[in-house]
Amino acid sequence: MSITNQDVEHVAKLARLELTAEETATFTEQLSAILKYAEKLGELDTTGVEPTTHVLPITNVMREDEVRESTGNEQAMKNAPDEEEGQFRVPAVLE
Amino acid sequence: MASIFDMRLQDVHNKLRDKEFSVSELVDAAYKRIGGTETDVKAFITLDESGARAEAARLDAQIAEGGELGLLFGLPAGIKDNIVTEGLRTTCASQFLDNFNPIYDATVTKKLKQAQSVTIGKLNMDEFAMGGSNENSSYHATRNPWNLDHVPGGSSGGSAATVAAGQVYFSLGSDTGGSIRQPASYCGVVGLKPTYGLVSRFGLVAFASSLDQIGPITKNVEDAAYVLQAIAGYDELDSTSANVSIPDYVSALSGDVRGLRIGVPKEYLGEGIDSGVKEAVLAALKVYEDLGATWEEVSLPHTEYAVATYYLLASSEASSNLARFDGVRYGVRAENPDNLIDLYRKSRSQGFGPEVKRRIMLGTYALSSGYYDAYYLKAQQVRTLIKRDFDQVFERFDLIMGPTAPTTAFRIGEQIGDPLTMYLNDICTIPVSLAGVPAISVPCGLADGLPVGLQIIGKAFDETTVLRAAHAFEQNTGHHTLRPQL
Repeated sequence: MSITNQDVEHVAKLARLELTAEETATFTEQLSAILKYAEKLGELDTTGVEPTTHVLPITNVMREDEVRESTGNEQAMKNAPDEEEGQFRVPAVLE
Repeated sequence: MASIFDMRLQDVHNKLRDKEFSVSELVDAAYKRIGGTETDVKAFITLDESGARAEAARLDAQIAEGGELGLLFGLPAGIKDNIVTEGLRTTCASQFLDNFNPIYDATVTKKLKQAQSVTIGKLNMDEFAMGGSNENSSYHATRNPWNLDHVPGGSSGGSAATVAAGQVYFSLGSDTGGSIRQPASYCGVVGLKPTYGLVSRFGLVAFASSLDQIGPITKNVEDAAYVLQAIAGYDELDSTSANVSIPDYVSALSGDVRGLRIGVPKEYLGEGIDSGVKEAVLAALKVYEDLGATWEEVSLPHTEYAVATYYLLASSEASSNLARFDGVRYGVRAENPDNLIDLYRKSRSQGFGPEVKRRIMLGTYALSSGYYDAYYLKAQQVRTLIKRDFDQVFERFDLIMGPTAPTTAFRIGEQIGDPLTMYLNDICTIPVSLAGVPAISVPCGLADGLPVGLQIIGKAFDETTVLRAAHAFEQNTGHHTLRPQL
């Protein structure tokens, strides 16, 4: 299946990526080729086949709900690109 | 060239204890070799010389005091740059994390510290482990020590090249679709991808969580067994960690492979496999015959669907995992965003390289409304069929063998414009990752002067049989003692 520039722009928006016109053109071509290759899977009848999400037979790993040591504020802020009073600063979300 | 790093681990251990040389001298040897070869090889992103020397001094003081030495005591080690190291820059070879200093250690980093190896630095890779050549690093392309015009493979290319170049005693890599085994094959070293769940992923920057596994890259199988011993085991910080008992991997290296039943998938020796690679693998199978094992051709019929399955699943998981890189809490932040969404968008667009963007795009598409069933769910179902292929062969056979990669290391730049061709280099390693079973790549000779890797695949959690067979092969051939001229 072939995808269009518009498809790529839409997906970029979902993925929070800003593409140049050149990137959009390249990705349209490359993703079309990759998806065309992936159509191969359509040759297989998978009716009734359980999907594998991961290979281990473990589900819902729980632990006791107890208070444990956690990352302190100063540590958590160490790599912050912008901070104010121990909080991550971002552009205004509300007007 | 004979190197102090060619010495067997037990000998290094004894000589350190007997004070024939010191940990500081081992660390000196590492940086001296790096000084002489790194301009050519470029295996590292970050070197931690002051940290390593301070640690060496501490370990030397410990010897002076006497007492127990850790399993990997004093051994200079390199760590792939997607495994977090407290206070030591960890970039994932991405500009996004150029200034990122982790505030904690990965579980494997902690385990190496307990085993008392010495971290020399952080190794180059394809950005966020996406790629098979190290050309996707946003810092530089690592070069293959056997021929500097060729790639070292990837994504753990730095981890394989540094061991091949004799810069460190061992390294850690990570493998999602072949990222330990393929570069080990290209660089003529040993690379082990453990069973999914055997080694904790806590602190490994996630690419595709249902596939990622950390493992050792070493010069020989015995070293791989020691490093695996040090890093394997249940970890409550990783919810997909397997709670299994850990055997003694080193004592399993008996040299005896009599009676082992080996299945050789015809799909791994068919079309697209280089003749030199095929020849080396068939010669390796002859060695096993001579040692008393038997092999016969088998089929893994869904092999041809594995690459498509993998790229859909791994990219989908990546698109979700990499959503955390938003420019808010760590990493780069774009200047002058219009608003919060624009901040995410600009930071990500400036921070990520082309292959990472391509995979995020593919994954986002495969998971998006209207396409989920056709791509993501379908791929998960085909994954089940691929896993069943392995289950069926393992009902009759102890091991599966074939090449690690269809060719030897290709030239730098040769495939960079063609992502699909690049993806097909992983045809022999991807199915194994999808099935979650363990596999090792061991050197089995040269083709046109470049190393070929034999891939030995085992049942889930049966690393002992994989290591035993790999060890018997190398002890009877000596391919692993070949070194590149640097």
